[in-house]
Amino acid sequence: MAEKPKLNLNRVPIPKQTPEVRRRNFNEVALGYTDEQALEEASRCIDCKKAGCKDGCPVNIDIPEFIKAIRAGDMPEAARILKSKNSLPGICGRVCPQETQCEMTCNLAKKGGPIAIGRLERYVADWERDHPEIAEQQKERIRFNGKKVAVVGSGPAGLTCAADLAKLGYEVIIFEALHVAGGVLMYGIPEFRLPKVIVQSEVDYVKSLGVEIKLNHVIGKIATVDELLENGFDAVFLSPGAGAPVFLNIPGENLSGIYSANEFLTRTNLMKAYLFPEYDTPIQVGKRVAVFGAGNVAMDASRCALRLGAEEVYIIYRRSKVEMPARLEERENAEEEGVIFKLLTNPSRFLGDGRGRVRAVELHEMELGEPDESGRPRPIRKPGSEFIMEIDTAIPALGTRPNPIIPSTTKGLELTKWGTILTDEASGRTSKERVWCGGDMATGAATVISAMGAARRAATDIDKYLRGSTEWS
Amino acid sequence: MCKIVKKEILVPNTIYLKVEAAEIARKAKPGQFVILRVDEVGERFPLSLAGWDEDRGTLEILFLIMGKSTMKLSALDEGDCIRDIVGPLGRPTEIESYGNILSVCSTFGIGPMVPMIKALKEKGNKVVTAMEARDKASLFWEDRLKSVSDETYVVLGDGSLGKHRRVREFITEYLESGNKVDRVFAFGRIFMMMDCCRATKPFDIKTIVGLTPIMVDGTGMCGCCRVSVGGETKFTCVDGPEFDGHLVDWELLIKRKRAYLREEAQAFNLWQPDNLRRIAELSELPERISVM
Repeated sequence: MAEKPKLNLNRVPIPKQTPEVRRRNFNEVALGYTDEQALEEASRCIDCKKAGCKDGCPVNIDIPEFIKAIRAGDMPEAARILKSKNSLPGICGRVCPQETQCEMTCNLAKKGGPIAIGRLERYVADWERDHPEIAEQQKERIRFNGKKVAVVGSGPAGLTCAADLAKLGYEVIIFEALHVAGGVLMYGIPEFRLPKVIVQSEVDYVKSLGVEIKLNHVIGKIATVDELLENGFDAVFLSPGAGAPVFLNIPGENLSGIYSANEFLTRTNLMKAYLFPEYDTPIQVGKRVAVFGAGNVAMDASRCALRLGAEEVYIIYRRSKVEMPARLEERENAEEEGVIFKLLTNPSRFLGDGRGRVRAVELHEMELGEPDESGRPRPIRKPGSEFIMEIDTAIPALGTRPNPIIPSTTKGLELTKWGTILTDEASGRTSKERVWCGGDMATGAATVISAMGAARRAATDIDKYLRGSTEWS
Repeated sequence: MCKIVKKEILVPNTIYLKVEAAEIARKAKPGQFVILRVDEVGERFPLSLAGWDEDRGTLEILFLIMGKSTMKLSALDEGDCIRDIVGPLGRPTEIESYGNILSVCSTFGIGPMVPMIKALKEKGNKVVTAMEARDKASLFWEDRLKSVSDETYVVLGDGSLGKHRRVREFITEYLESGNKVDRVFAFGRIFMMMDCCRATKPFDIKTIVGLTPIMVDGTGMCGCCRVSVGGETKFTCVDGPEFDGHLVDWELLIKRKRAYLREEAQAFNLWQPDNLRRIAELSELPERISVM
């Protein structure tokens, strides 16, 4: 019997720009593995019989197989395995929370050194982008089956559903409200975390499958869902995304200099305000910036503010470090770059400068009480703890509420009490026949990959339904 | 890409464009707007629809040259294309049978007023229109408004036409002399609309105003266009653009609209020499014009 190989628990670190440098530029923070580093990391995989990693992946990538291909030096095969289950590997390799998915269920995680699956995924995707001839060779001939599906929104869910259906032979048209495809990947996630050329090249891949993307089309305005169904579409998949920003609802919130995180990130990422005046859209940051909330979006906003030239950037959060919803990695990145965390602190009002601009915020300290309905300890205001903090810019990053445009223009679409579209989790079906839904509009704000997982399930069900193998109800 | 099929310089700083956008033309309703991006580096900004032709698949817009974006748009010619147009956005005007309507408009507000008056007339309303312009040279579309309204009054800011210099004075006199008005619609410059609301308030006549704050996405996603109406925060792009003018917080609106004055001036001033250089290159002048 062969000797049992010794476990290597040392993850190969990914090279990054140093914090001092990167906090002032919009270039990508993580630089990606070199060939040697990728091979070394891939060699740590023990190719378990019962691969836990696969169960942790919302889109069921055959993880051990693509890692085996890297190890064997067969990059075209690694790329093929990835692409067969995930149309957006360059994006997922960068923004998936692997630590709670594949890397959590990796059998080596129990010993403390899971395989860096996300980094390897990114490595393969980047390799493939540098070798377009391979993708061309691997392109499967698609036979159209004569059925037509409309996809609303070109974010992660829309792109995934469209790609899956196109591969199955459907004619797919995506309707995108903005002037570029990609949804949150373009307007929300910053360049330094997800370069826009990566998004565009994965959008191009989806287009290469025959998917048409109609930009500047707001469904509910230029055409309703019912009109799509009446005018030749056999099915509609709704993935319109996050919607309306939530504000703090405190006095002074409409002063200039107070941006919703959506607006701040849209100006920065989509409209490229960091290149003003070369690009026409301006943004005002000033010296001191306060970001309210502690999710991934708050981390993105605070790190953008630094890169736009702010001297001091604060994350203001009413609970403590343990309850922060952001990924650990993002939190660490923000901390390294110099974002200051002011925990157990909550704002009560904004103060203006008399000319309509925000000048300061009144904050008070909080303490944690009994758990509330979310299971997290309820923050309680400490009496008499108010203090004033001078700021130039405030960014509430408190999440979003569903955008009402589609629900209010579509007949027979049932909503949940949160205003999201009532959707069956397993199939993606809504209460309206021939209409499916996925992504934030179905679940409330969540991750890129969970939206993609939902889109994949919906695509499977749309295919089943349109082939006549299941009834609607 | 939307092709410009007709361009007219109405008065020196106000441009009229007719553009190809068949899908939007099919759906447009009075009171709605589009968001445009002139070119690849352009910002997104809203313009009200001044008309549409479903059969020909065209939209009409008219705008005042205010800064870089509108200047760039005004520099396009017939046959040129606008990079992006998205719409129709916003809620359409609530067109009901109100009775006697007073419609008040100035500059870029004259555009959206025309289709709105038409729609109001179709519902059997009597529409009296009061338009305001700075002077005779800034007056346009008087004939169009006359052709759709029952009566039309012109108020010129230099006082060269009649005794009124401001439309507010006209409204007050019109209402004081006992004319019955059931609803007022006002489109145009913020100060004009605010003034108009001040004039109608003592008579307690509901006054609908079309607001034009700064916008980015125009679909309710960013909250840049938030205004305060009756103490409540509203998004102009999805809750408006029309609101009850007596409930609008005008001071807030004006301050938010002026938030980027410095950046706007900066962008505009940088664009001008740059553009001059490009013109010089295009016309292949023997020597480059020194513009710096």
